Amino acid sequence: MGSLVDLKKRTVCQAETKMKGNPYIPMSATIVERIEETPNIFTWKLKLDDEQQRKDYRFKCGQFNMVYLFGIGEVAISIMGSEGDSFLHTIQAVGRVTNAMSKLQPGDHVAIRGPYGIGWPMMESKSRDLVFITGGLGCAPAVSAIREAIKNRDEYGRLVIMQTVLHRHDMLWEPQYDEWRKVRSTQVLLASDRDKTAWPNWKKGRVGALFREAKFDINHCTVMCCGPHPMMTGTSRTLVDMGVKEDDIYLSLERNMQCALGHCGHCQMDEAFVCKDGPVFTYKRIKDVLERRGF
Amino acid sequence: MAVQFLAPESLQNLLTVLEASGYQVMGPQLSEGAIVYDHINDVADLPRGIETLQKPGSYKLQQTSSTRFFNWANGPAALKPLLYKARQALWSCEQVAQAVNGGFVFKDLVPQAVPTAVIGVRPCDIAAMLIQDEHFIQSEYCDPYYKAERDALFTVAVNCSSCAETCFCASTGDGPSLDDGYDLLMDELDSGFLIRAGSTKGEQVLKKLPVTAASEDLTAMAAEQSAHAAEKQKRYLLDENMHANLFSQLDNRRWHDIAERCLSCGNCTSVCPTCFCHRETEQAELDGQSTRHFREWSSCFNADHSVMHGHSLRDSSELRYRQWMLHKLGSWIYQYGRSGCVGCGRCIAWCPAGIDFPAEANAISGEVELWEA
Ligand SMILES: Cc1cc2nc3c(=O)[nH]c(=O)nc-3n(C[C@H](O)[C@H](O)[C@H](O)COP(=O)(O)OP(=O)(O)OC[C@H]3O[C@@H](n4cnc5c(N)ncnc54)[C@H](O)[C@@H]3O)c2cc1C
Ligand code: SF4
Ligand code: SF4
Ligand code: FES
Repeated sequence: MGSLVDLKKRTVCQAETKMKGNPYIPMSATIVERIEETPNIFTWKLKLDDEQQRKDYRFKCGQFNMVYLFGIGEVAISIMGSEGDSFLHTIQAVGRVTNAMSKLQPGDHVAIRGPYGIGWPMMESKSRDLVFITGGLGCAPAVSAIREAIKNRDEYGRLVIMQTVLHRHDMLWEPQYDEWRKVRSTQVLLASDRDKTAWPNWKKGRVGALFREAKFDINHCTVMCCGPHPMMTGTSRTLVDMGVKEDDIYLSLERNMQCALGHCGHCQMDEAFVCKDGPVFTYKRIKDVLERRGF
Repeated sequence: MAVQFLAPESLQNLLTVLEASGYQVMGPQLSEGAIVYDHINDVADLPRGIETLQKPGSYKLQQTSSTRFFNWANGPAALKPLLYKARQALWSCEQVAQAVNGGFVFKDLVPQAVPTAVIGVRPCDIAAMLIQDEHFIQSEYCDPYYKAERDALFTVAVNCSSCAETCFCASTGDGPSLDDGYDLLMDELDSGFLIRAGSTKGEQVLKKLPVTAASEDLTAMAAEQSAHAAEKQKRYLLDENMHANLFSQLDNRRWHDIAERCLSCGNCTSVCPTCFCHRETEQAELDGQSTRHFREWSSCFNADHSVMHGHSLRDSSELRYRQWMLHKLGSWIYQYGRSGCVGCGRCIAWCPAGIDFPAEANAISGEVELWEA
């Protein structure tokens, strides 16, 4: 098997994200706003406390931060987008750190390190059709890319946004999706797997159920996909069968992450350090290990 | 400066010059039945005449009649714990009213490293250090904790004349003699030491030692001694196509057989001089106002290494052992341009189940001929 890691990309990432000083030290930030999305999912609008750090902070769609909770620890969280000099994180409370985070209120402080990783190929995909395929909370890393595409609508071809959930009530930001539906040459396709009701604009089933309606140029598209592991492998295989090239399919992965600096070794997947060589990879690069147990 | 000769009775001068140059000196000593690096100021504390007997799952010392100081192979710890601490405080965090917007104030806990000279460093340990330099220093993000210790380190390496049964550095190209990466390098002969400098720091120290030019006879004798040590190594690692070989064998039965013996204790990763995995932990002070953030060694044999909310990607010994070998001998090549094994044999001797790492690797890659364990 060839190298998973694109060394050229590695140097680019190096030049763009390298921080000054000790890279282990977080930057203090204030929770400006807290939105309760569901009983265990919340969105924070965060603002760095230091003015200089605020000015210097730049991220790209698909990158993530290490978010620190005082006295407890750090977790990796995707950057959902920015509003003015603040940025957004949507967090699901699943364990020790994230449960404790869910109790914080506006005005409370956290700290962040970042941004880390290689994001979505927004620049490389100019003039191409963009296909977003997300499942469950997996949509968070893709939302920033969708927003970016809509903001610069004229630079891309058709937009196809596909989101699947188990139940419609798991769907975050449905009104936002309805807004996107109104954008020129943009399809928003939603499916729920377990619901019995037939709602307008909703299909029953999984991603497969949506592909029949999706209209995009298989020879000139970029697919950005994130969600549960089996959903990503299944979707990628279907796309390849349809004729989409393996290196036009991008997947955003999660691994255990302690440092996000390429030092702690926990995020390794074969030779890739997911924190710095990813978290976004082409299907072509990772398909051999993606489908194997233990990587 | 060319190769020099240092008489055995002048070895003490080396210690004295290093101390006078501002280094605390550490060297091999006996402690609880093993060779460890500890503070030293008298050559009388060196393990003179001691040999190490190492076998799968076993490490013993033996006093011999030899008058040599460096006749042993290696101890459980390489240079790793001196440079990459088993537990390192990274930073502290305080909640103070006067901070900007009432936020946190972080304090960098990068250590003020004490200039340290280590004598009796083995070639494989220098090789492993160069690998860790690449991992921690020449990475996208330079690690300031490792770098502080590394910049303060002075190495006096000694080529090996007596390898242990578990050594296989000749096959990985990392020993028993050394080409570069040291400040000073010695060969120990019955008549004394050959010594040369590998850095400017090393030259400065060498200049202050009572040395004479080494004769051609002695240099030839040293080369022969190293060649002889290499020949005596019976273990070896096939390095050809190891990545491809191992990856084509992901479903080999042998992973399962190894897992039947492997205790998943992580001894191998902790004695391995190139393993770098660690987890981050937090320790809040009792006052609730301040807290410290640490990193501590971890291992791909721990259940939490690959955990993602609730499930572990490697939930069996089989998958964990496979990760350790696949990383060390396979993926490592793509990460650092060479394998992560320097042939020190520690993981063999310190494995409570006596698992023979190179033998297993060769077997999985299709080499049937095994040495007698
Ligand atoms: C690149 C990346 C982006 C992410 N983006 C988001 C996001 O936008 N929103 C969100 O809610 N979650 C996101 N996650 C997952 C999030 O990091 C985990 O849910 C979180 O670490 C769980 O920590 P915990 O202490 O609450 O859970 P516990 O189960 O108690 O976790 C214990 C430890 O395991 C590790 N861990 C557990 N799960 C994960 C995981 N999935 N990924 C990495 N490390 C893990 C962490 O070190 C954690 O401290 C992302 C993960 C990665 C790697
Ligand atoms: S894998 Fe074993 S023999 Fe190789 S460097 Fe590590 S401890 Fe030494
Ligand atoms: S993954 Fe395992 S073998 Fe690789 S560096 Fe970490 S502990 Fe060592
Ligand atoms: S998260 Fe530590 S190496 Fe990637």
